[in-house]
Amino acid sequence: MKTKLFVFAMLFALLAAACSGDDGASVRELGDDESSESASSGSASSGSGSASSSSESASSESASSESTSSASASEEAADEPEATDDVASDDDDGTVAPADDAESEEAADVDEAADVEECPTITLITHDSFFLSEGTLQAFSDETCISVEQLAGGDAGQLVSSAILTKDNPNADVLFGIDNTFLQRGLDADLFLPYASPALANIDPSLILDPENRVTPIDFGDVCANYWIEALPGDVPTSLDDLLDPVNEGQFVTQNPETSSPGFAFLLATIAKYGDDWEDFWQGLVDNGVTITAGWEDAYYGAFAGYGGPSSIVMSYASSPPAEVLFAAEPIDEPPTGVLFDSCYRQIEFAGILDGTEYPDAAAQLIDFMLGTTYQEDIPLNMFVYPVNPDAVLPPEFVEFGPLAENPLSLSPEEIEANREAWTERWVEIVLG
Amino acid sequence: MIRSRNAALAIVPAAFLALFFVYPVANLIWRGLGSDLGRLGDVMTGGRFLRIIWFTIWQAAASTLLTLVVAAPLTWVVANRRFPGRRLVRVLVTVPFVLPTVVVAGAWIALAARLGLDEGTIRIRHTVWAILLAHAFFNVAVVVRSVGGFWSQLDRRPEDAARTLGASSWVAFREVTLPRLRGALLAALSIVFLFSFTSFAIILLLGGPRRATIETEIFRWAVTRTDIATAAALSIVQMVAVLALVVLNARLQRSVGGRQGMVRDRARAAVGARARAGTAGSLMIGGAFLGAPLVILLERSFRVGGEWSLENFRSLAERVRLLPISGLDALLNSLSFALAAAGIAVVIGGLGSLVIVHGGRFWSRVLDLGLLLPIGTSAVTLGFGVLISLDRGMLDLRSSWWIVPLTQSLIAVPFVVRSVVPVLRAIDPSMRDAAATLGASPAVVRREIDLRIGARALATGVGFAFAISLGEFGATSFVGRRSDWLTVPLAIERLLGTPGEVLRGQAMALSVILMLVTAIVVLIGDRLHPDGGGVL
Repeated sequence: MKTKLFVFAMLFALLAAACSGDDGASVRELGDDESSESASSGSASSGSGSASSSSESASSESASSESTSSASASEEAADEPEATDDVASDDDDGTVAPADDAESEEAADVDEAADVEECPTITLITHDSFFLSEGTLQAFSDETCISVEQLAGGDAGQLVSSAILTKDNPNADVLFGIDNTFLQRGLDADLFLPYASPALANIDPSLILDPENRVTPIDFGDVCANYWIEALPGDVPTSLDDLLDPVNEGQFVTQNPETSSPGFAFLLATIAKYGDDWEDFWQGLVDNGVTITAGWEDAYYGAFAGYGGPSSIVMSYASSPPAEVLFAAEPIDEPPTGVLFDSCYRQIEFAGILDGTEYPDAAAQLIDFMLGTTYQEDIPLNMFVYPVNPDAVLPPEFVEFGPLAENPLSLSPEEIEANREAWTERWVEIVLG
Repeated sequence: MIRSRNAALAIVPAAFLALFFVYPVANLIWRGLGSDLGRLGDVMTGGRFLRIIWFTIWQAAASTLLTLVVAAPLTWVVANRRFPGRRLVRVLVTVPFVLPTVVVAGAWIALAARLGLDEGTIRIRHTVWAILLAHAFFNVAVVVRSVGGFWSQLDRRPEDAARTLGASSWVAFREVTLPRLRGALLAALSIVFLFSFTSFAIILLLGGPRRATIETEIFRWAVTRTDIATAAALSIVQMVAVLALVVLNARLQRSVGGRQGMVRDRARAAVGARARAGTAGSLMIGGAFLGAPLVILLERSFRVGGEWSLENFRSLAERVRLLPISGLDALLNSLSFALAAAGIAVVIGGLGSLVIVHGGRFWSRVLDLGLLLPIGTSAVTLGFGVLISLDRGMLDLRSSWWIVPLTQSLIAVPFVVRSVVPVLRAIDPSMRDAAATLGASPAVVRREIDLRIGARALATGVGFAFAISLGEFGATSFVGRRSDWLTVPLAIERLLGTPGEVLRGQAMALSVILMLVTAIVVLIGDRLHPDGGGVL
């Protein structure tokens, strides 16, 4: 805050100088002021540096033991991929192997710990929709003495493309927010170091998509059609085929899969459901007057009946009804919307340690923390997705109004990456003509 | 001696441009095409790409034309008529400029529905008209502020003389005023064109899923598909088109040849019922076009559960759930970035303008073209370019606070330059000669004449620089930003990314606050200059 005010004062002075023109040398003065700008940038960064070092000293002791064990685990994973393959083939044993090796390599780790900074600051890069409650990442710093700087790097597509472009010199240590629709691209580009967190043992194996553990599942959710109950012209839709019912003509709005992540998820849902007949289904949607928007916002807030639009069915998430309850203007007992579970496509978001990090051990500890209950319980109300850790307690609104689909649709990351262009191009031909 | 000093002046803007624009963009294009030059051929010959290139060019040209038509009444009245609130009009036109496109699009759709424009035979949404109207809506400010500002300082005696000699007011305008306005008009229209040429969210949100421009295609290839080769090829096409336009524009502007008498303010109060009606009518046309969607926005911000309420605003004072910081902190962040961006833009744009007008031929041309190019460059190319270029040692700015205002100022500098250069060019050189003859040193001449007369134009440019930064234009979403640096537009988008009536209400309230703050900040900027200097 102080640096911000300082910058304020500086720049007001600069502007005043620029505009008043009282001094004969005002042109030169402008140049001088620029150099002092860069000086203040220096002070800004030193300010943040000192802040982190004070938090580091607080709890360096408690961290050292933990960092040793997970450090060896990550090294294990990085150096001997064959070993992790074995681990992955029977998921339940995942924790055992790294724990054993931790002891055998303990001596080496102690040496390395002396070389490497004990309380480093690591960078977590995420997509723009990432938020946590205040203090959640601080809890990690208090526990481990590792400070975390979080950066937002655009939407999920921007995030993955940026990571691939900066692969030789990554601007972060851990990346969070690559989902199953982009996963294969990240894996093909060798972005991540393998790391099998001990906490994975607890997690539903169907969420662990990479057998080499180059990425770790953190949260998941279902992309599903929602309907505004009062605005439905006919019966409550229960299957995808109901979207083709003439009674729902002009009632369905979804997003362009080329520009929207839920839009792409829905395209994948139809392919998973109908196989080669997906094109016929979409032709049916077009004949029944489907509306296409660029993104989620203009579908939900621009075209959905609850917000003044003409469509009673919109592509959104299984967690949207709890949000409608939580953020209702007047308190309500029941959400005004319902979920068409037959349309649900499962989306899983992963974190991975970026190859090129200087602090693989600290990064591994952050992954462990992200799977712990402190972090996992903070996910639902900030990002409206579900924690992967079954021990995390869900908020009551999620339990009551946000059940997940029992049999969500899904496709493998390999299949998605291999066919992405062909599918979206075919979609454009059918739907946009 | 003057020559060498000019070269020294040129170094700062030239180095800025080279480091933060040319190097990153060239680096990215090299990365994309270095291994796969064939993509350029594919792009140049593919039917789909050619259609997209053609659509990009004509929609930008049509948008520019429509902007000019819509802005004309306001520009005229601001330049020529003295009326209460005149300064405020100059300020208020910048408000649309900063609003997130998704908010404006929502307001427009609601307005169209209310006016019955979105059913039956007339449909605006998802047509090219929606794109053109939105571009006009966002860009009216460019014409009103820079052309209106220039016009208001244009000595009216030549027109008065023409009128005395019997010319009708139309003939006097066409034959005397218009030729003198050409420099400023070309400058403003070139910016509107480039803005429309590279606009992104408007095309996607309002144009509907079938419309694609070079800019949206670059995003699609680079981001959705991580195909940097194709994106780089498209970037080259985009830059060649932009460069051709900029060169043409610069040539046209130089041929204008300036040297008109500049006064402090030419405007007069309207005398007589007819003149007053003209003033009121012009204001009403502009006001209706810009104001109607904003009224919808205001209405939405004061509605909670179908009733009027201040709750949306009240709740912003606390930390809103889903936002990492309070609305107030987001506002402070936005203002800090805007101040920094405006500061950089003043330095670079001010020095650049001096060099363009007074410098040697080489540097003048280089900066004249170069400083305009960033507006015409894809945000994707620039953003990814910065990410892979400013990444080592001292230059590792990727997660620095400064990368945000630096990137924003690249887009803001052209506004400063295009506002200031026409005014400096128009200063009658005999005025400088007279001052020199009377014994003024070159420094005094520059201070007393160029700086004083250029001050209002500089303030105009500063206002834009603020607005550009407050509105989060350009490539900043590609560089990593800490969540405690969240700005107001990003907070609005964040709120609109989750369902819930409260969230939408708060997003609308934040938009209204953003409008208000923009108006205040631009007003302060406008007041900082000594009102045209009184030297004449």
